[in-house]
Amino acid sequence: MMRIVKPKTKRAKRILEKRAPKLDENPKRLMLLQGTKVSSLIKSVISDLYHLKKAGGNAVKFSKKNDNIRPFEGGGETPLEFLSSKTDCSLFAFGTHSKKRPNNLVIGRMYDHRVLDMIELGIEKYKSITELGGGRKSAPQEGSKPCFAFVGEAFESKPELVHLKEMLLDFFRGEVVESLNVGGLDRVFVCAAAGDKVYLRHCGIELKKAENSKFPRVELVEVGPCLDLTVRRHRKPSDDLRREAMKTPSKTAKKKVKNVKGDSLQGKVGRIYMPKQEVEGMALAKMKGLKRERRQAAVAAAETPSEGNDQPAKADVPAAKKSRV
Amino acid sequence: MNAEEQANMSVSNLSVVGVNPADLYAMDIGNLMVFDPCATVSSADECLEKARELVQALSDKLYELPASVDKVGRIVTLPPPSTRLPREKPIPKPRPPTKWEQFAQKKGITKRKRSKLEYDDQTDEWRRRHGYKRVNDESEIPWVEAKDTDVPGEDPFEKLKADKKARVAKQEKNQLSNLKAAAKKGGKGALPSTLQLAATSLPLTGSKTPSKRLNKDEIGFAAGLASTATASGGKFDKKLPGEKPSKQSGKYRKFLPVVEGKGGSNKEKEQLGNVLSKVLARHNHDILDVGKAVSKYNVEEESKRAQENQKAGGKGARKFSAKNRSSKKGGLFNRKSGGSRAGGGSKKSAGKVGGSSKRK
Repeated sequence: MMRIVKPKTKRAKRILEKRAPKLDENPKRLMLLQGTKVSSLIKSVISDLYHLKKAGGNAVKFSKKNDNIRPFEGGGETPLEFLSSKTDCSLFAFGTHSKKRPNNLVIGRMYDHRVLDMIELGIEKYKSITELGGGRKSAPQEGSKPCFAFVGEAFESKPELVHLKEMLLDFFRGEVVESLNVGGLDRVFVCAAAGDKVYLRHCGIELKKAENSKFPRVELVEVGPCLDLTVRRHRKPSDDLRREAMKTPSKTAKKKVKNVKGDSLQGKVGRIYMPKQEVEGMALAKMKGLKRERRQAAVAAAETPSEGNDQPAKADVPAAKKSRV
Repeated sequence: MNAEEQANMSVSNLSVVGVNPADLYAMDIGNLMVFDPCATVSSADECLEKARELVQALSDKLYELPASVDKVGRIVTLPPPSTRLPREKPIPKPRPPTKWEQFAQKKGITKRKRSKLEYDDQTDEWRRRHGYKRVNDESEIPWVEAKDTDVPGEDPFEKLKADKKARVAKQEKNQLSNLKAAAKKGGKGALPSTLQLAATSLPLTGSKTPSKRLNKDEIGFAAGLASTATASGGKFDKKLPGEKPSKQSGKYRKFLPVVEGKGGSNKEKEQLGNVLSKVLARHNHDILDVGKAVSKYNVEEESKRAQENQKAGGKGARKFSAKNRSSKKGGLFNRKSGGSRAGGGSKKSAGKVGGSSKRK
C-alpha cells in the first residue's frame, strides 16, 4: 500500500518548493566541513570561505569533526551526499590536516546530491581576512558580484587547472544577473598559475579617476583570503553524469503577444476589438408617445372612420417584441 | 608608481606591434571573467599587477556596454554567461497527464474558467464556490425534505456527511493512483516537489515488522492466514475465480491415545526414550560436569565431618549450621542481583535477604 506524504505546514511546503529543481536555478550553496584533524590554518581558511559565501544564506558551516568523510575513497563520499541533500548544498569544501597531506582542502561540486567532481588543494601559504584587515576602506560589500581574473597559459593546457578554473568560477560567481551597476564593481578573484603553484587572491577594486581616459582607473587591494595552492588529487566528473548535468533546458519561444505593436515613433500601440453593438435592443429613453396604450389609442382613433382590422394587429407585433426587451 | 609605469610600458610595446593586448584576453562578460592565456607570472606581486591590467580591460569593456544611468549609478545590461557550467539539479519534467486529463483530451473536453463567486439561493448572497463559507454548503443545511424513497431510520444529515467523506476518499484514491502512475513512468522526478509517496504496510502476523514489498510467497501466506480467520477455518468461504487453496504451512499437533491399546508397546515411553537418547548423544562429550562432581564430593566430605563434630561436642556444630544456612541464602541473593560477593559477611547478606522479602 502507498500513501501520499504532504508537508504539514505551509512553511514546510514553501521550503520544499524552494528546493525543487527549477529551470532557472538558485545560486549554488556551499557547505563547509572538517575532518578529524584540522590545523588552525585550515580552520581559518574554512571560516574565511564561509565569510565570503554566507551572504544570502548561501553557506552552511559545520563545526563537528567528521571521521567518515573520505572524499576520494570508495564510499567515503556518502556522508557528503547525505549532508548535501539535508542542507540543499551543491558545493562543498572539506578541510583536513595529516602528515601525508598537510593543510588539505577538498573542494567539490554536486549534481542532484551526487558528487560530480572534486579537487584537492594543498595550502602552502595563507593570509586571512583578519590578517589583512579585510581591506579596510576598500572592503567589498557582502554578497556583491565578483569579477574573475585568470592568468597563465596553464589554465588552458593543464587538465587539472582547467578543471580548477571552472570550479572556482562555479564556487564564487554567485547569482547570474542581467544588469549590473558598474560603479558597484568591488571585488575580484585573481588566480594565477606559476609553475606548479597557483596563487589565489581575493582583492577589492577601487575605481579612481583616470588621467587620459574617460573610463575610471582600476586599483586592486588585497582583502583576503590570499592563498598559495598546489593541486593534489582531482576527480573529473564521469562522462554520463556530466552530460546530464550540462543539459540546458530548451528555451521555449516567448509567447506571442497579440494585438500589441509599436515602433519608435508611435511607442506602444494596442489594438482593441469591439463586439458589434446591438443598437436595436438598447434600452433607450422611453417617450410617452411610444407607449403601447397611447399607440393603440392613436391607431384606433385613426381607424374609426375607415374600417380595417388587419393593420392594428400588424403594428402590435413589433411593439410587443420591443417591450419584452 | 613603478608598477604603473611598467604596466604602461608593456601595453605600449604591444600597441607598437599593432595588437591591442585586451583583444587577446578571453572574456566572459556575463560571468565578469577575464582570462589571459598568454601571460606568465613568477611571483605573487607580479600576478597582482597582471590582474590589475585584466580587470582594467574588463571594466573598460563594461563601461562600453549600452547602459542606463540611474540614481545609483551606471547600470549596464550584461550578456548571458558564455562559460557553460553544470547544473545543480536536473531539469524539471512536466507532470504527466492525469487519468482525467487523458480522458478529457480524448473527448475534447476543455477547461473552462469559472468565477470564484457564485450566487447562493439559500442565503441570498454571493459566496465562494469552494472552501469556507461556500455556496450550498451541505454542513449548513437546516433541513432536508423527505422523499418517498427515503429509508426509514436513516439520518439524512449523516448520509450527507458520509457521502462527502466518500467523495473525498475517492478523490484521494484517484490522486494516489495518478501519482503512482507518474512515479512509475517518470521516476522520482516526475512527482510534484511537495509530494512524496511512502509505503504503508501492516504487520502480517503479530508484531512482525513488514518488509517493504511483499513477494509472491508472502502474499500467499497472508492470504492463507486471512482465510483461516473464519469459524470454519476458511472451509466454507466463497473462493474467487482462479483462487487456489491456501497452502497449509505448519503441522497439526497429534496426541497419543489416552488409553493403551491391547498388545501395543508403550509408545509414550518409547518416544521419551528416543528424546533422551538424542539429547544424550548430542551432549556425549560433556556429560560429566567436573566442577559439579567436585563440589558434590566436597559437600559430602563436609557433611561427614560435621556429623563427626556433632558427635564430639555441641558448640561447633551450632556455629556451623548457622553459617551453612546463611551462606545458602546469601548465594541465592547474589545470584539474583548479579553481585560477586558470595558467602562472606553472612549476617549482612542474610539481613538484606530479609529486607527484600519484607518489601515483597
